[in-house]
Amino acid sequence: MNIEREYDVIIIGAGPGGSGAAFSAAKAGMRVLVLEKRQEIGAPKRCAEGLSMSAMKRMGIERDDLWVRREIIGATIYSPNGKYVRVDYRDGPEGYILERKVFDKCLAEKAVEAGAKVLAKAEVTRLIKEAGKICGVGIDFEGEEKEIKAKVVIAADGVESKIAREAGLDTTLKLVDIASGAQFEMTNVDIDPDRIEMYFGNEIAPGGYVWIFPKGEKTANIGIGVRKPYAKGKAIDYLKRFIESRPGLRKGSIIEVNSGGVPVGGLMESMVTDNLIVVGDAAHQVNPIHGGGMGEAWVGGRLAGEVASEAIKANDFSKGFLKKYNKRWWEKRGNKLKKLVKLREVMESLSDDDLNWLIDYLKGEDLIEFARSSGFGKFAKILKKKPKLIKLARKLV
Amino acid sequence: MIEIDKKKCLRCSACVGVCPQSALTLKEHGIECSENCNKCGICFNFCPVGAIRMVKK
Repeated sequence: MNIEREYDVIIIGAGPGGSGAAFSAAKAGMRVLVLEKRQEIGAPKRCAEGLSMSAMKRMGIERDDLWVRREIIGATIYSPNGKYVRVDYRDGPEGYILERKVFDKCLAEKAVEAGAKVLAKAEVTRLIKEAGKICGVGIDFEGEEKEIKAKVVIAADGVESKIAREAGLDTTLKLVDIASGAQFEMTNVDIDPDRIEMYFGNEIAPGGYVWIFPKGEKTANIGIGVRKPYAKGKAIDYLKRFIESRPGLRKGSIIEVNSGGVPVGGLMESMVTDNLIVVGDAAHQVNPIHGGGMGEAWVGGRLAGEVASEAIKANDFSKGFLKKYNKRWWEKRGNKLKKLVKLREVMESLSDDDLNWLIDYLKGEDLIEFARSSGFGKFAKILKKKPKLIKLARKLV
Repeated sequence: MIEIDKKKCLRCSACVGVCPQSALTLKEHGIECSENCNKCGICFNFCPVGAIRMVKK
């Protein structure tokens, strides 16, 4: 493996965040190395594999048959008593269910085409420092310890976010800001093959929801996210209970088992320090309502790659310079996501009775608006119809 | 200290993200716990698949 001893930018992790950062830094002419600890990029997935059209537009990527498993035309949202609201999109598919391990590799390929170097099964074990400043990483590659230098390190190491912590940034998530997730990819299940389904309720999925994301006529990712202040048991037990209660799912076969932690809050004011930028799950760049993070990570990564390149051109890798990234990310995504954290807080305060009541007032179009962090006024107006929710409604406006 | 049930652990490293002591690391053979562990039990509570046990040591 022809790894150099020094790069302009080293990126830790080859998920969408890392590849996004590598893509933009390489495009700006930087010498870029991406190090992925796992032996296969994109696997094992910690993801329901849904990508909306709007997220794709933000990412600036085109649909590719290689990674599209299913086109999604709409969504059905269920309240605890089984009532539902359905939304179908009129102008073509609203999104896709992907094959994540193909998708992530395609993103890595994009980074490589732009000029970056990617290396799998290369674990970063530590940051290296010179005169107190981060100047590269120590890696374990094929059992050998190596040091590689870089002017800027971008930490895209996922929800673990060990690198940022080593650099002195506090990225530990409070339990209220992270969902505990479990998922079965199942086949021979009776599902709606064209729409995603989401099930809400404090018994079904406390502090989260159950999802069914179709990957084929009879195949789907069936998963759950719960949060610990609310959930009394393990995520996987809630999920098993949900599947057991439905004959159309119970009869199916499990072809993959996944789990993971999903940040749903804890947005960071500052995601930089001298010589280091944090992106993606590691920086909690995730939609706090549905837990989707692929688009967020790629966008955060691209901004980080841009700022790292500018820093290198200006020969200034200080926290003061890298702060540009904080500003750009907050303008582009942070403020929106922050509003969605508010919405999440309101939603988690609703009882099952409230949810059953609410579903009658919601129209499909409203849900699209809310998911895009607009129309909160309308949502507040609905909540105000129920006297005990008036106080809660005020949180939204 | 904690003990990881390797038969249950999916190596998703969700526990690593919630550990306030930064005591957990995902290694080739699974999750490793360092001496920094202060037995707070957050990882035990959080593990999506119930692969973590608290043990007296």
